[in-house]
Amino acid sequence: MIAIEVADLNVWRGDAHVLHGVEFSVARNEVTALLGRNGVGKSTTLLAMMGLLPAQGTIRIDATDAIATPTHLIAQGGVGYVPEDREVFASLTVAENFRLAERPNTEPRYEMVYSLFPDLYGRKEQAAGTLSGGQQQMLALGRVLLNPNKILLIDEPTKGLAPIIVEQVVEALAHAAEDATVLLVEQNLWVAGQLANDAVVLDQGQVVHSGPMDELINDSALAGRYLGVEVR
Amino acid sequence: MSSFVLFTLTGLGLAGLYFLLASGLSLIFGLMSVLNLAHGAFFAAGGYTAWFVMDALDSVPIGLRFIVALLAAGLVGASAGAVIERVLVRRLYGQHVEQILLTIGLGMAAVALMGGWFSYDPRLLTQPDWFGDTTEIAGANVPNNRLLILGVAILFFIGLMTFLKRTRHGLIIRAGVENPSMVRALGIDVSRSFTIVFALGGLLAGVGGALGTVYFNGISPSLGTTQLIFAFIVVVIGGLGSIPGTALASVLVALTQIYVNNYLTSGLGSISVVVLLAGVLLVRPQGLLGKAAP
Repeated sequence: MIAIEVADLNVWRGDAHVLHGVEFSVARNEVTALLGRNGVGKSTTLLAMMGLLPAQGTIRIDATDAIATPTHLIAQGGVGYVPEDREVFASLTVAENFRLAERPNTEPRYEMVYSLFPDLYGRKEQAAGTLSGGQQQMLALGRVLLNPNKILLIDEPTKGLAPIIVEQVVEALAHAAEDATVLLVEQNLWVAGQLANDAVVLDQGQVVHSGPMDELINDSALAGRYLGVEVR
Repeated sequence: MSSFVLFTLTGLGLAGLYFLLASGLSLIFGLMSVLNLAHGAFFAAGGYTAWFVMDALDSVPIGLRFIVALLAAGLVGASAGAVIERVLVRRLYGQHVEQILLTIGLGMAAVALMGGWFSYDPRLLTQPDWFGDTTEIAGANVPNNRLLILGVAILFFIGLMTFLKRTRHGLIIRAGVENPSMVRALGIDVSRSFTIVFALGGLLAGVGGALGTVYFNGISPSLGTTQLIFAFIVVVIGGLGSIPGTALASVLVALTQIYVNNYLTSGLGSISVVVLLAGVLLVRPQGLLGKAAP
């Protein structure tokens, strides 16, 4: 079963043609890692999927045509987005950030969120801008876990975090993935390997490889070529 | 000493006017990145509405009539704001040059329309005698209308802060001023807040115009445009999108203007405000309470 289908996706940012006919699909209730070096178009792909960049081609999320649908309706359809650099609302408190994410007619899952991130519970009245990077990441993740989203688009959740926080984030992501489809952009191959079933690799705005995550991890030549990393 | 108290309270009255005009501008720019150059027209429309109500409803007791005039001025401003956003500005989000042309054009058309309608000569406001009487404060005889303007502006400041802090619309506006795309990505239709903010800006400017007619002792079509320049200076000094910043900058700008005019050379006040603006921009480009660009 396919939850997300992307075909012939072209996206420009200003004058730069960033994505050149990107094509991949994401299996339902699995975690798919979107990998590649810096600047190959991973974040651009997620932004286009949320309708935050003008795009040409096909993006289907469940039955929704994400190219023709305004951003807020894509989100209301059950898509949670955790942007690169978190983008929490710095001048709002933790509680206000969560309150903003509440949706009408949906019971917010505060108990689950605060049990995943107990750090945030004691900081409800603190301005989000004064949280540490790790706590901001927890807030950004908690914000999308508050609602029962069917699809999660998560952009570099472990970027710049201390190893101990990375473990906590991975744990939360694994929990979130139990009842959702996840498309995960990740630079940390260990994190991607822990969570993802499938992998899609981008290079220079095109998909250059897709297949099971294990295969990529075990093929150090492939990983080296497209990700610029030594595996093991 | 007594003249200092008089100048200070007069300056605070002027600060109240600046706040009412500038707070809407600041929110509109903060949330939508729209430089609303037609904002002065809301101010003038409020002034004429108040003048019309005071003139036409002469059977209503004058105190009550002034309250009706204030409410009507706010209503006219709010309606004008909502209609302009829905019908015109909405089509041009993200197109900054076109927006500026649109709002400049609207502002000029509004001045011409009001001039044709009410003539370019100032209209004097019928007002309660009490406004012109003075109250003795610390040895100074302060005209009551200065105190009235200050009081109403403080009420609106508190009301606006409460709206922003305590309601869901306020929460969405505060978040949207920071990052409108992320608000959308959470499933919220920010464009509904755009209409609310325009209406709110129109309401505050309309009330400001009614009070401005009292302060300046009459209303003429270009009064709003003249004051708009100072309102923009206030917005930039206070920090875009920050209401407490706008309040603080209103006081700073108005007091500077009044003190310089009265203690140094009359007429130098307006220039000194520009110097103040330059100074703040050099030291804190994001404004006193604004957030630094990331």
